[in-house]
Amino acid sequence: MKTKKKTRFPLPELYIILLLLLFYLPILVVVVFSFNDSKLFQWSGFTFSWYEKLMRNQTIWQSFATSLQLALLSCGASAVLGALGAVGMAGRQFKTKGLLENVSLIPIMVPEIILGMAYLTVFTLFRIPFGMVTMVIAHTTFCVPYIFINVKARLTGLDPSIGEAALDLGASSRRMFLDITLPLILPAVASGALLAFAMSMDDVVISFFTNGPNTNTLPLQVYSMMKMGVTPEINALCTVMLGAVFLIVALSRLFRVRRKRS
Amino acid sequence: MTNSILTLNQVSKRFGAVEALKELSLDVKQGEFLTLLGPSGCGKTTTLRIIAGLELPDSGSVTLQGKDVTNWEPNKRNVNTVFQNYALFPHMDVFHNVAYGLKLKKEKKPVIKQKVEEILNLVQLPGYEKRMPSQLSGGQRQRVAIARALVNNPSVLLLDEPLGALDLQLRRQMQTELKRLQQHLGNTFIYITHDQEEALNMSDRVGVMNAGALEQLGTPDDIYERPATPFAARFIGQSNIFDAVVTGKDGGGTLTLSYAGGTIKAKGEAQPGEVLTLSVRTERVRYEQEDRYGFQLNGIVKSHHYTGGLLRTSLLLSNGDELTVSGMGGGDNRIPTGATVSIQWDPACSIIVERRGTA
Repeated sequence: MKTKKKTRFPLPELYIILLLLLFYLPILVVVVFSFNDSKLFQWSGFTFSWYEKLMRNQTIWQSFATSLQLALLSCGASAVLGALGAVGMAGRQFKTKGLLENVSLIPIMVPEIILGMAYLTVFTLFRIPFGMVTMVIAHTTFCVPYIFINVKARLTGLDPSIGEAALDLGASSRRMFLDITLPLILPAVASGALLAFAMSMDDVVISFFTNGPNTNTLPLQVYSMMKMGVTPEINALCTVMLGAVFLIVALSRLFRVRRKRS
Repeated sequence: MTNSILTLNQVSKRFGAVEALKELSLDVKQGEFLTLLGPSGCGKTTTLRIIAGLELPDSGSVTLQGKDVTNWEPNKRNVNTVFQNYALFPHMDVFHNVAYGLKLKKEKKPVIKQKVEEILNLVQLPGYEKRMPSQLSGGQRQRVAIARALVNNPSVLLLDEPLGALDLQLRRQMQTELKRLQQHLGNTFIYITHDQEEALNMSDRVGVMNAGALEQLGTPDDIYERPATPFAARFIGQSNIFDAVVTGKDGGGTLTLSYAGGTIKAKGEAQPGEVLTLSVRTERVRYEQEDRYGFQLNGIVKSHHYTGGLLRTSLLLSNGDELTVSGMGGGDNRIPTGATVSIQWDPACSIIVERRGTA
């Protein structure tokens, strides 16, 4: 018997191609033009010169260092806060638990502009000088939920009697946390922290409201350079940043895969 | 008592509106295999968690080896638990799982190594030190969980339905192994299950629990042959449970009772006119045989249920009650349904499970 192949309109395939184009074409354009040997949006030959120029740009390097410092500090602080919060909540039952869990997710639900305004108001009110401290506080706040959610999900999947078994075998609560809970949630903390790191690295709005005179972050720097027009140098910078973000996301996925295996 | 190792005295616990334990008292002897048997929600797991210290009682006391440990932290009690879902540490291999308790006791490395090896041999998992829990089968995980608890030589080992997740074949095998382990080591085991066969097969004593209270505590024989309450009679094995009125007694302790328009006999003490709830095991009831006990009870054969080894027959009595009889399966001479038969059993098998006053 011959199987008759029906030709059909390739709607699903078309849909996927369109969607991917929509996602990645603009990014591709930026990447391509970062190698363009002209300041105009017209292809005139391949060059690395924009990257060379970028490497020599002290302001950009300065703002990159600021961004990195900010991301590391807020990522570290939020990892500790978020993980401890999730562990503490998991071990307790109280009436307002659901409410508290939802409230703790507010920083990622409230529009950034409002959050930024709020920080600006509060820091002004309490006369906290704007700079690295205010930025770290603000970034930590919106990073905590990412770690909290991740660790909470991990703990939900864990049999609570695993911790009880440690106590039963003679561990103090502190030993139980160090020997059992911490190693088991560590992959979740790491993948949450990487996500938070990426969020902090590319944040514009909240940094804009909370930064000080000498603490321009990389995204803020890009934003201010854009006011002069989009140069291939910015394209080059964006390409580098894109690469870094992809790397971090890939790492985060890797942690998650390993977590599932264990 | 000198040889008691663990005593629960009037322990109560409630969770919100649920009264999980109602003034439960229990005395466990050194070296015995005690099983708490009951339906889910009867409070048996709560009892175990209170002994382990994972739950604190609202009132009452727990005494372990002569010391009041009621409010002690779990890590201070010389009691170890085998959890229902094994609760192995997923990030540690078998060696580190089993060695965990010994490490916390600051035992020396060679000692730990030797003890772990010994206990793994004992649970028949030699050479499994490097395996991760995820690489083990259910039965193997169970053995590791048992080894991890036993290696600490606890004065009492608590086992919370440890065989529940295993298939029947493996469960039977593990029952035998557990019993062997317990006899070999001489530790006190407190075992929890809702499986009556498991309880009767392994235990020195069985405690039947219902709704947060101990209904009966006794040897497997006691529990099965002489149930103390209607619940115990109903929960374990298959029984006919009914009310009958005492009409007379003789000097030998045999009672005559009226039931379903007939006369039956029981052993025991009661006054004429008293209403007794009796329990008779289905395999004790006989029909269409020569009268040996002076019963006058007739029934109609309603149906036969053939289950291979056993033939269960329902007999309909004149008052509408049904008596279930179980006998050997097979055989060609089944009495046809609809036939009227005479019924009897050994009066010693009429167990008084409740006294309901005078009619």
